[in-house]
Amino acid sequence: MDLYQKDVVSIMDFSKDDIEGILDMAEEMVPYAKGEKIKRSLDGKILGNLFFEPSTRTKLSFESAAYRLGCDVIDVSEMSMTSMAKGETLADTIKIVDAYCDVTVLRHPYEGASKMAAKFSDHPVINAGDGAGSHPTQTLLDLFTMRQAKGSLDGLNIALVGDLKYGRTVHSLAQGLTKYGMKISLVSPETLKMPDEIVQHLTENGCSPRIRTLEDAVAEADVLYVTRIQRERFPDPSEYQKVAGVYRIDNALLQNAKDDLIVMHPLPRVNEIAPEVDKTHHAKYFQQAANGVPVRMAILNAILGGEM
Amino acid sequence: MGAQEPIKEIRLMPIKNGTVIDHIACGQALNVLKILGVNENNIYSSISVGMHVGSATLGGWKDIVKIEDMELDEVTAQKIALVAPDATISIVRDLHVAEKYKVKLSDRVVGLARCSNPNCISNKGEPIESEFSVVSKYPMQLKCCYCDKILMNITDNLL
Repeated sequence: MDLYQKDVVSIMDFSKDDIEGILDMAEEMVPYAKGEKIKRSLDGKILGNLFFEPSTRTKLSFESAAYRLGCDVIDVSEMSMTSMAKGETLADTIKIVDAYCDVTVLRHPYEGASKMAAKFSDHPVINAGDGAGSHPTQTLLDLFTMRQAKGSLDGLNIALVGDLKYGRTVHSLAQGLTKYGMKISLVSPETLKMPDEIVQHLTENGCSPRIRTLEDAVAEADVLYVTRIQRERFPDPSEYQKVAGVYRIDNALLQNAKDDLIVMHPLPRVNEIAPEVDKTHHAKYFQQAANGVPVRMAILNAILGGEM
Repeated sequence: MGAQEPIKEIRLMPIKNGTVIDHIACGQALNVLKILGVNENNIYSSISVGMHVGSATLGGWKDIVKIEDMELDEVTAQKIALVAPDATISIVRDLHVAEKYKVKLSDRVVGLARCSNPNCISNKGEPIESEFSVVSKYPMQLKCCYCDKILMNITDNLL
């Protein structure tokens, strides 16, 4: 596996071996991510953290990952604070930031923004979410969390629940799951179902998804991956109101689940998962968020050529 | 009264100078006219259109378009390939076919159509050309190289 100077735009750019390699490195990064050990493999490097959409976990975990490796961070959190507010194109902004740092992390509201940014950058670009497109580093930390809990990813039964239309995390994740031959169930309102091109991709890769009710999916699943129905992605607020709160995971529902079911969520949650679930052994979403640091450390270290 | 001579019906008049676009998939002639821009008052010569004409090559029926006094450029021929991938172009000069070629669709379609996803970065005024990979020719399916969406309604999104 050689990820040196490689862009991280889509999970589809990575082979199963690449993914396993990153997850192995992430495992080694865990004590460094917790501050139990010190590592300075990226000393002298600079990361440009460009977030043109709100973020807590992704932005902070990239910063934390960089600092844990001795890498400095320069960042932009609002478009209004950049020359883009004066009409500068994203392409020009990227060229400038690329001149100031060794790797650019980009979150942007438009699909394909990171792919375009990669064309205008000499240094690697990491996609931290592009509109309803994809979120490959989230997928890597999701897979890491599943592997941590289950030991192996091959052949697991996973149910994807909630906003499957606009949810970029489930788009990337679904594509990543095909590399492990997982059995995929989809649970969503009709108006928020998985886009056809992703269903087609899953089918072509031997993971033809099944449409399930929430109850059936919970009973069968090894992994329940819940997503928020995202108000901000709805062009029409009344359409949001029709589907808001349609799924709720609580302890009563989980009574029919396998004992070793894990419940994941990319967070933030609104009311999809009742707080009472937090205390059960099923809940893995806070561990999942914490895993963002070692996984992103592994990615940064690999593409910037840090020593392990 | 002797035996009647069979009526020789000339469906499409030959042209002296111009372009013949033949072997257009049946039903696509109007889209070819759209690509040629006939609604934009930029053509100052005759156009003949044959629809649902018998074709041995396409195994049934085809459409055909003849344009007087206009030779197709390469970009227009590429656009035609998007709606009629088997079309042939004949450039006619002084009643003779001076050039004849089949339209060619490359694996990458660059700058010919816009992505149908309004939230795609290629529709946001950035200094990039739209770019698609050809997923399938029959039916024609193009995938945006930026947002990975399959292009819907190709003829409505031609540039």
